[in-house]
Amino acid sequence: MTSAFVSAASVDEALSALAEGARPVAGGTDLVVGARQGKAPLPESLVAIHRLDELRGASASDRSLRLGALVTHAEIAAHPVVRERLTALADASSIVGSHATRVQGTLGGNLMNASPAMEVGGPLMVFGADVTLRSGAGERQVAVADLATGPGTTVAEPAELLTEVEIPLPPEGTGCAYVRLEYRRQMEIAVVGATAAVTIAGGRVAWAGVAITALAPTIRLVPEAEEALLGSDGGADAVGEAARAAAAASEPISDVRASADYRRAMAEVVARRVVSAAVARARGEAVAVPASSALFAGGTS
Amino acid sequence: MKVPVTLNVNEVAYPLELEPETTLLFAVREGVGLTGAKEGCDDSECGACMMLLDGQPVNSCSYLGVQADGREVTTVEGLAEGDELSPLQRAFLEHGGVQCGFCTPGMLVSATALLAAEPRPSEGEVRIALSGNLCRCTGYDGIVKAVLEVAERS
Repeated sequence: MTSAFVSAASVDEALSALAEGARPVAGGTDLVVGARQGKAPLPESLVAIHRLDELRGASASDRSLRLGALVTHAEIAAHPVVRERLTALADASSIVGSHATRVQGTLGGNLMNASPAMEVGGPLMVFGADVTLRSGAGERQVAVADLATGPGTTVAEPAELLTEVEIPLPPEGTGCAYVRLEYRRQMEIAVVGATAAVTIAGGRVAWAGVAITALAPTIRLVPEAEEALLGSDGGADAVGEAARAAAAASEPISDVRASADYRRAMAEVVARRVVSAAVARARGEAVAVPASSALFAGGTS
Repeated sequence: MKVPVTLNVNEVAYPLELEPETTLLFAVREGVGLTGAKEGCDDSECGACMMLLDGQPVNSCSYLGVQADGREVTTVEGLAEGDELSPLQRAFLEHGGVQCGFCTPGMLVSATALLAAEPRPSEGEVRIALSGNLCRCTGYDGIVKAVLEVAERS
């Protein structure tokens, strides 16, 4: 039962409300749905942050893309810098929920909901993105890789608000992709997901990043998969080794969508496809966004 | 705790007092009295409750009414022009896009938003835009044909 509500007109007003125990709501696509499903009742005190235009911006420099906490999945998926330089994030943002979820759901809310199956987490971790957590006492930067501590929990203090995400742009010659195993194209949650990015210079992999999604209590980077790719030609042997490393790093659960054994088996398949897609994009070959649809449509292996 | 709000529904301002947890769907159905939007799953899965909020689709069953304060809400009742059905509404009827009718208000609202943003969508774009609207009767074909026909006429 919610007994207090304020719609903040400024970030400072929102931070004051958080300091007094209120919880933030933006698009409501997780918070309100969770309450309707009986997962968790709505908080006693709510502060709506949807009117805070200063959290809505997206600005790109030569080095990075900064996204405000209220940027929606639809805005991310359509952003030209995301599509060209951070394509894995376009793959991810364009398959979140349904169209209504993507125009109402926000990046900040998605990250702070801390689902191990969230689509955008893997790409952000692979790119080395940071979030800004702000409170009345000041602000700090936390790597997306360090933000979640388990399903639904983060390192953020209750008085802190996620205000911005900064994503470093990978070098030219980088290809990246996010792929999920899905039972249907839309209104789906990743059964298993994986992200890969590779930079190819002089025919060799000069940099690589791999993350696994819905395969552990948090989304996780897989350094062993990155090492398997580094210095290789990005060919089938290296891709296969990286995929096996990604599967070995998984600690899946059984739930209504898949058994742990099935997830473990599919981890290697999905990782192989996503690394192959990243290598293909790095070589300038076309893999349509979202990569999940492009790779699973014809039943390719 | 009652929060005073004004919901601008189909270009009419309705002053209401809402509990913070009251959904936009409940506020419009019970407070405003427009019952076109339906409660299906109450869970953001089925889209029967779809409304436009400042022109963008929202699952109104899972959106707080207090957050719609001062904003523009469009429901299926706002699509017709006077006594004339909108082209989409007429095309739904002509193509058999309506059977039991429960999903129809949400389908029309989502399709209206699509055509406002993309007047000439591909069939794939229509299916993606309507993927959050479930229909248990029609098999979707009549609905998709209706949207594509209106798009071709534009």
